[in-house]
Amino acid sequence: MNDRIAFHERVRTKPEVRERFGDLHPPFDKQAAVVEANRCLYCFDAPCTNACPTHIDVPRFIKKIATGNVEGSAHTILDANILGASCARACPVQVLCEGSCVMHRYNKQPIEIARLQRFAMDSLYDSDASLPFEPGPDTGLRVALVGAGPASLACAAELRRLGIGAEIFDARPLPGGLNTYGVAEYKLPLVESLREISLLTELGVEFQLDTFVDKAALAQIEQKYDAVFLGIGLGAIHQLGIGGETLDGVTNALDLIAGYKSGAITSVPKRVVVIGAGNTAIDAAIAAVRLGAEKVQIVYRRGPEQMSAFAFEYEHAKNEGVQFLWHVVPVRIRGEHAVDGVALTRLVGTKDGSIFPEDGSEFFLDADLVVLSIGQGTHTAFLADDSSGGVNVQLERGRILIDRLTGQTSNPKVFAGGDCTNGGREVVDAVADGKRAGIGIAAWLEGQRAKA
Amino acid sequence: MQKPRPTLETTFCGIPCINPFWLASAPPTNCGEQVMRAFDAGWGGAVWKTIGEPITNVSSRYSSIDWEGRRMMGFNNIELISDRPIEENLREIAEVKKRYPKHVVIASLMVESKREVWHDIVQRSEDAGADGLELNFGCPHGMSERGMGSAVGQVPEYCEQITGWVKEKARTPVIVKLTPNISDIRMPARAAKRAGADALSAINTINSITGINLDTFEPNPNVDGKSSHGGYCGPAVKPIALNMVQQIQADPASALPLSGIGGIGNWRDAAEFLLLGCSTVQVCTAAMHYGYRIVEDMKDGLLGWMAEKNFATIDDFRGLSLPNVSDWKKLNLNYKIVARIHEDLCIGCELCYVACWDGAHQCIHLDRTLAAPDTTKTPGMVEVEAKRRISMTPIAKLDAGSTRESGVTPLERIPRVDEDHCVGCNLCSLVCPVENCITMERIENGLPFESWEQRSAKGAVAPAVQEVVSKNF
Repeated sequence: MNDRIAFHERVRTKPEVRERFGDLHPPFDKQAAVVEANRCLYCFDAPCTNACPTHIDVPRFIKKIATGNVEGSAHTILDANILGASCARACPVQVLCEGSCVMHRYNKQPIEIARLQRFAMDSLYDSDASLPFEPGPDTGLRVALVGAGPASLACAAELRRLGIGAEIFDARPLPGGLNTYGVAEYKLPLVESLREISLLTELGVEFQLDTFVDKAALAQIEQKYDAVFLGIGLGAIHQLGIGGETLDGVTNALDLIAGYKSGAITSVPKRVVVIGAGNTAIDAAIAAVRLGAEKVQIVYRRGPEQMSAFAFEYEHAKNEGVQFLWHVVPVRIRGEHAVDGVALTRLVGTKDGSIFPEDGSEFFLDADLVVLSIGQGTHTAFLADDSSGGVNVQLERGRILIDRLTGQTSNPKVFAGGDCTNGGREVVDAVADGKRAGIGIAAWLEGQRAKA
Repeated sequence: MQKPRPTLETTFCGIPCINPFWLASAPPTNCGEQVMRAFDAGWGGAVWKTIGEPITNVSSRYSSIDWEGRRMMGFNNIELISDRPIEENLREIAEVKKRYPKHVVIASLMVESKREVWHDIVQRSEDAGADGLELNFGCPHGMSERGMGSAVGQVPEYCEQITGWVKEKARTPVIVKLTPNISDIRMPARAAKRAGADALSAINTINSITGINLDTFEPNPNVDGKSSHGGYCGPAVKPIALNMVQQIQADPASALPLSGIGGIGNWRDAAEFLLLGCSTVQVCTAAMHYGYRIVEDMKDGLLGWMAEKNFATIDDFRGLSLPNVSDWKKLNLNYKIVARIHEDLCIGCELCYVACWDGAHQCIHLDRTLAAPDTTKTPGMVEVEAKRRISMTPIAKLDAGSTRESGVTPLERIPRVDEDHCVGCNLCSLVCPVENCITMERIENGLPFESWEQRSAKGAVAPAVQEVVSKNF
């Protein structure tokens, strides 16, 4: 693969995917953006800015749209969040900036912050402008970042601005991690994620793609570089541990989403059952609808009030025709070679919150495709094993333990951020972690130098 | 007892009016067809687009100031008087008066500063059936370069002389329209009164350059790359007009029946002009923006307000607010108010906090959740603290019970007024976006009324200070 071709020019979204996964929130045109921007009250110490994990100065970038300083607006966004365009599309703003807008207490619609942010970022990228930052004066220091997801990207950008070399390793052929492969295409198209990452190469961020970092490789990296950042995300989706999970037609939500986004999957069979009711399950269920399924059902062992999906995602799924079966648990996946259904048992709750299978309540759902989405595991075990000279850091329930302010792990030379530290949150949380870690690494390296 | 039904009928320097809403002399009164449609829409009178020797106009002629997405908050024109022959205008006036005998038609006039030319146009206008004459001594652009319009209005002697010539001939009321482009509007007003004018109208438009195009570096309105100062009007000028109206009406040597003009777009604006002593009001920009139809709410709204306030006629409240405007030196120095933030209404925008710190007297604080009041924390310190805070996307499964109800303002976001140091300036209540959230409350300090005038008469003010003050104000 030619390194000089920008990432977003290396892929071509299939027309059927583009057609079926059109924008969930259409962009503003200029006049509509200005009208919306003028509604903003310009709060001081604004709740939206406080709610944003990266603390984008929301009122400031919005006022710049109102005055026609759109490039300045985009710079204000990027200054706080190097993935400002991705976040404008992928963020669950209903529980972040827009959810905290004071307009909620003013009997008015909250400001459409995400669409305004997208307007500013799209305008910047459409004008072929480059990033508003220069790499800092070269310090001669080099940091290796494992995983090319949002946490590493944000950390690398911060390091480059401080004059520190940043080299990112990732097993996949394209950078971005879940930002590229895991966000529903109608929110953030794969090519848009890549377009934003392409700009990071201008800052001198280097990418080693198709490169799997195992225990031995990490040990070598730790020797070679001045510091290491782990942005390795979460591991595979959990298995159910029931019969039939290896049948053809059983997949998981992340593979389904990555599959259609990269063009490997362009259709699904008629009857789809999604197991689990988190945000990823909803993304997978809606994807199945858009990829041609006639009946898509989400099954969940508890009720709607306990599901981990955001309320607005639940509403969206219902609007797309996804059906929900509550208080049921799969006991077996049925089929000879390929799946043809799922056996479920009803669950009953007790006062203390525990749930039990109801005797004799087993029933079948016909299905041609079963999608597991019951949460991701971690893949950090190799970091805790100190028997064979690897890189060791302290873990807690599989998560890498860090100092939240600096991203530093129990191993002073190793920093971490994103899903592998927080249990799996949003792109914007990973960006915030990466940013703090970038500053944390620079400060630690500075301290090391002073000592030497 | 049933309240009397209020009426909008009134009289202006002897002219009976079915309502006080007139269209000002401007493009909306350019021809008979327009004026008749305006009367059908409900306007009580129209001051005809100024009649004189026809001129040639330029294009473009208008420009405006938009404000935060709202169009035409201020409006500007470089159009001259009527570009149509005098006889055509007069023929149409006659036609309108024949068809609408109860509606007021005023002929606005501007001719060369010669006695016989003025005599001639007065005679012809009155022969056409005009109910009165408005002398345009106010037009600030173009005509003034030819010795007419504001070139007359800015020189009290000219004003007096021409008004005198008109009065020699006129049988109908003579209204002198004043220019605001003068240091003291009372000077031309007094001159007009001395010369026997029956009434005044104010204000005409204000000299203005509305803006420069940042791509071409050319001003607006653009005439082949150049522009000229124009006349500014619209909502932006209302406070200036109200002040001049008050100055005229509070000055016995100036006061005459007054037709108020300047930024009037609805019944509320009109009521304010009437409360400062106007008998009728004239409207232009709002009608140019939205059409004649706006008069319906002007009448309906004013009648509703009059009924609510128990006013039967316009005379019942005309000038009612004049005694409430006085010189600064007569204001009560011992009147003390402080700001009070109503927590139940506060939405937590903190605009009052930053406004008080940066634009007022540093007496609003963000310390409600602290153990003790902290009046030392500056906005800069608040911002630094906010940047350090770590926020995360709330995920129900991971952060049980941590999500906050967005419908309730957290206490730490509700600012607190330090009433001991609040000077009662109003700024916080003005920037607060929520109605009645910040109110200004009177503090009973037990002190009697005392004005600057009284205090200095007692010798309580140092003579040197008194000297400077009396010179400057």
